[in-house]
Amino acid sequence: MEGKEVRFGPDTSGLFATVTTGTSTGAVDSMHDSFLPVGGLVPLFNMELGEITPGGVGAGLYGILVFAIIAVFIAGLMVGRTPEFLGKKIEAYEMKMAMLVVLSLAFSILFFSAVATATAAGKAGPLNGGPHGFSEILYAYSSQTGNNGSAFAGLTGNTLFYNLTGSFAMLLGRYAMIVPILAIAGSMAAKRRVAESLGTFPTTGPIWVGLLIGVIVIVGALTFFPALALGPIVDQLINNAGRLF
Amino acid sequence: MRTFIKGQLWPAVAILLAFTVITGFAYPAVVTAVAQIAFPGQANGSMIVVDGQTVGSSLIGQSFDDPKYFSGRPSAAGAGYDPTLSGGSNLASTSQALIDRISAQVDALRKANGDAPIPVDLVTASASGLDPDISPAAAEYQVARVAKARGMTEDQVRAVVARHTSQPFLGFIGAASVHVLQLNLDLDGLLR
Amino acid sequence: MALAVIDTARGSRRIAREARQAQAGHAPGPRNRGIFDPKLLRGALGPAVRKLDPRQMMRNPVMFVVEVTAALVTLIFVSDLVGLTSGAAREVGRAPAFEFQIALWLWFTVYFATYAEALAEARGKAQAATLRKTRSETPAHRRCEDGTFEDVGSSALRAGDVVVVRDGETIPGDGDVIEGVAYVNEAVITGESAPVLKEPGTDIRSSVTGGTTLTSDTLTISITANPGETFLDRMIALVEGAKRQRTPNEIALSILLSGLTIVFLLATATLRPFGLYAGAPLGIVVLVALLVCLIPTTIGGLLSAIGIAGMDRVARFNVLAMSGRAVEAAGDVDVILLDKTGTITFGNRLASRIVALPGVTEREALEAALLTSLEDETPEGRSVVELARKRLAEIASDGPGTKAATPAAVTTPAEAKVATVVPFSAESRTSGVILADGTVVLKGAVDAIVAALDVKAPPELQTLSDEISSLGATPLAIRRNGRPLGVIELKDTVKPGLKERFDELRRMGIRTVMVTGDNPLTARTIAQEAGVDDFMAQAKPEDKIARIRAEQADGHLVAMTGDGTNDAPAVAQADVGLAMNSGTSACKEAANMVDLDSDPTKLIEVIAIGKQLLITRGAITTFSIANDVAKYFAILPAMFVVAYPELNSLNVMGLARPESAILSAVIFNALIIIALVPLSLRGVAYRAAPAAELLRRNLLIYGVGGIIAPFLGIKAIDLLITAVHLA
Repeated sequence: MEGKEVRFGPDTSGLFATVTTGTSTGAVDSMHDSFLPVGGLVPLFNMELGEITPGGVGAGLYGILVFAIIAVFIAGLMVGRTPEFLGKKIEAYEMKMAMLVVLSLAFSILFFSAVATATAAGKAGPLNGGPHGFSEILYAYSSQTGNNGSAFAGLTGNTLFYNLTGSFAMLLGRYAMIVPILAIAGSMAAKRRVAESLGTFPTTGPIWVGLLIGVIVIVGALTFFPALALGPIVDQLINNAGRLF
Repeated sequence: MRTFIKGQLWPAVAILLAFTVITGFAYPAVVTAVAQIAFPGQANGSMIVVDGQTVGSSLIGQSFDDPKYFSGRPSAAGAGYDPTLSGGSNLASTSQALIDRISAQVDALRKANGDAPIPVDLVTASASGLDPDISPAAAEYQVARVAKARGMTEDQVRAVVARHTSQPFLGFIGAASVHVLQLNLDLDGLLR
Repeated sequence: MALAVIDTARGSRRIAREARQAQAGHAPGPRNRGIFDPKLLRGALGPAVRKLDPRQMMRNPVMFVVEVTAALVTLIFVSDLVGLTSGAAREVGRAPAFEFQIALWLWFTVYFATYAEALAEARGKAQAATLRKTRSETPAHRRCEDGTFEDVGSSALRAGDVVVVRDGETIPGDGDVIEGVAYVNEAVITGESAPVLKEPGTDIRSSVTGGTTLTSDTLTISITANPGETFLDRMIALVEGAKRQRTPNEIALSILLSGLTIVFLLATATLRPFGLYAGAPLGIVVLVALLVCLIPTTIGGLLSAIGIAGMDRVARFNVLAMSGRAVEAAGDVDVILLDKTGTITFGNRLASRIVALPGVTEREALEAALLTSLEDETPEGRSVVELARKRLAEIASDGPGTKAATPAAVTTPAEAKVATVVPFSAESRTSGVILADGTVVLKGAVDAIVAALDVKAPPELQTLSDEISSLGATPLAIRRNGRPLGVIELKDTVKPGLKERFDELRRMGIRTVMVTGDNPLTARTIAQEAGVDDFMAQAKPEDKIARIRAEQADGHLVAMTGDGTNDAPAVAQADVGLAMNSGTSACKEAANMVDLDSDPTKLIEVIAIGKQLLITRGAITTFSIANDVAKYFAILPAMFVVAYPELNSLNVMGLARPESAILSAVIFNALIIIALVPLSLRGVAYRAAPAAELLRRNLLIYGVGGIIAPFLGIKAIDLLITAVHLA
């Protein structure tokens, strides 16, 4: 119950944390920092995927569209046609822009976290010791990149270092994604529509859903897996073992 | 250049202006008006007024140290229940500081209430530091102490507690809770 | 009728050639080199080493990263070995023996990739070498302005020169026949040993290719290509891969792979500060191992080999694709325009029906038809014999009732004694036999037969022949002496097996449109019979372009075949234009593929090859990316085991030691490239099926399989290297 309100209880607090980070809302009804590490892993993970988990709500919509484009590109070839999505061919330009989105997301979160862990100003931030302190840093940049607003609030964020790096993370997280996505939209709008036939890659139904999830997990999430392993995952394992910091 | 101004710049500026008016002025005004007319109580802070005097908000907890009052949860807001410094402890489950704080809290509670198992919300700080509620178990844990301090029977106290216990929304969203401030006011006979 | 005879003669050659091809498995002669010819396997070893040149590797960012890291680890190994640096004791994998093995396997990873590419190129090179031999300088007799001839080398010839080539000589350059009729052996180009007739003035048979040999007579040829620009030159360049450009899809895929490489580079590079923060210092070697395992090396290493092999598959099919782009586009095609004559139908007429006139029994008519054609060796004649025999056998087995009705006077074929054969002539327009008893049995054009009758022709004869004509078929009347007996219907027949092919195409989501100059009624009949989805009747060349444009405007990708100069604009407009090698140079110029066997139905195979190429690329990409899951589980726990022993619970494979886990993942990563070389060169098995079904199947094999396979593989390698104490 540490960091939770009685009237919300642990169940609803967990649900709220998941929803708020899945939908780029950012409101909180409990302190995510004091969740058990796996509890903190979920919101962290949601934001690192680009806040697309419930299927892309609000700003997350373009995030999931980028993953859809990448999924179509990776697996679309397996139906024996060059990839197309929503009746438009996915070509080098779209791929470049989609990769730019994935790359800026990963860059903003990982690079700034790396800077924070490597500098004295960054290391001064975390409240908690051990892997949880690392989670706090990671959460800060994940949330700021995702323009989410929730926080592992133990981190002392109101310092020159965190304000400066955080502002860049926010800028990157918003505009380094929106601009390439607008570019994709423009380029796809100008393209010749490809007629649908039996040979068209199906972007509905369970296979597509499974494929999309697979691509999100492998391309989106595995990028952050090493960092998460050093943060919440090992934190939870240590918690289970009863080690304290 | 002309087409850029006419085709892209002007629409962008026009939309900016339009939305400044709509979302900056019109929308807040409408929402404020609706709130003040339809929900004046909630809109002004859900205040609890006793004999014409505002004693608190039903949404913000207060600190009670006297044994004859039910006490709320530990608070990490400032020195405790400081509404200008709302916040949680943010301590992690693997934090030595958290374990130390909880141990101290446990000792204090044992001293005041005896050796019964302590409900978890009484040793953990809330998210806001201003949690107005405690769990029914936490209320039950304090019933004996409050009854003794007030010279009431435990059942009398329990009856008051029951009046201020709310069930989860729709039965499953959230958790059952006991409102500390209203409970204490009621015990003092100030609520009608 | 005279023209018809030539047509049928051509048809019969075509049939004979198709039969030969069927026997040879569609891959004639020296081209049919096995994928894993030991000579090629050995031959690729050297070029693969040369491809390690960093300047070349730069073109493939994924493998370039591997090469750089391999060099880095080698450097670390050497400096650790000579004791220049002292490794931090707590770092996992800071031991020269371990570093040496990692370096070795990283080099193998790069080498396997270059080897795959070299192997794919080797086959093209071997083919090019064969072709180049034929390109060597040949003497040519060039006509001078004064009409005399001078002997020059073939390299001196320029477009517009006129040369004479005699029996047994090699044609010095590409050109058009302007005089003479001769047979030319085009085996160097087509692998087809039967000589081909060349004559001037026809769209189809007047173009000759340099390097081919005359086997009869003399031809006067107007040269159309300068040296170095001939068909043979282009073919050599193409099969050699010298001018190989990356296709649009390949470029887009490279961008994806490079992007992923940068993402994973970021993920591993940031892991060093993260590790330091966590008190788990990570050595470069271990980070490199993680990086190389995560970046898509499998597809990165095989991508160009897949592309080259795809082109090669097309080439082995005797189709020359002018660019990889064309092969890729073939996979996307969803509408194909097919000419009726020669593609859907044989282009010659065969007997389809023998109808007796009123008052004549069917048997009587059949036997007469049989007699008229017994000595007729044209395909038409033989088809009449075949049909009549078949029907007679059916009637005979129908029972005594029909037999009893047979007039005894009719001569049965077995007893028939042919006295004189009446050959077909342009004047009489009839042919047949005169029997020993003087009976004349003839078949021929209806009006010619009617004119020779003793009796007035029954009105049914005219009705019947009109009906047959209206369906696009040709009626032939039969008479015995002065009496008309019946009508033979000669129809252009649909090639066998096409209906099934078209069904297959429909399952793939491809629509077939038949193009014909016939009237709509005839066109409809043939279209129904062939099972095409749509047809264009009375089509003129400009109608074809209009149709292609309309289909493209609707978002379809269109393929078509062509051979005549008339076809050239439409072939150029189509997304995939397949020209027949026998066609005019204008048409070949406009096309993006040329079929050396001049078999228009090959378009279907080309589409399948295009799809197969894309599927192979997609399958290996999916497999490569899916592999990452297991590699994470192998390497991550091993990396942090010193700082956080708790993370060992992620070691789901139960790998023996941190070093063995990392080494196993790197070895698996290298070996999987070599293991997938056969698949990428041969291509993923392709079955005609709707996209959803293909996706389900391939996703199961390469997606789910790609997740599971490395778990098993890494575990097996770990057991092995632990057993032999390598780590």
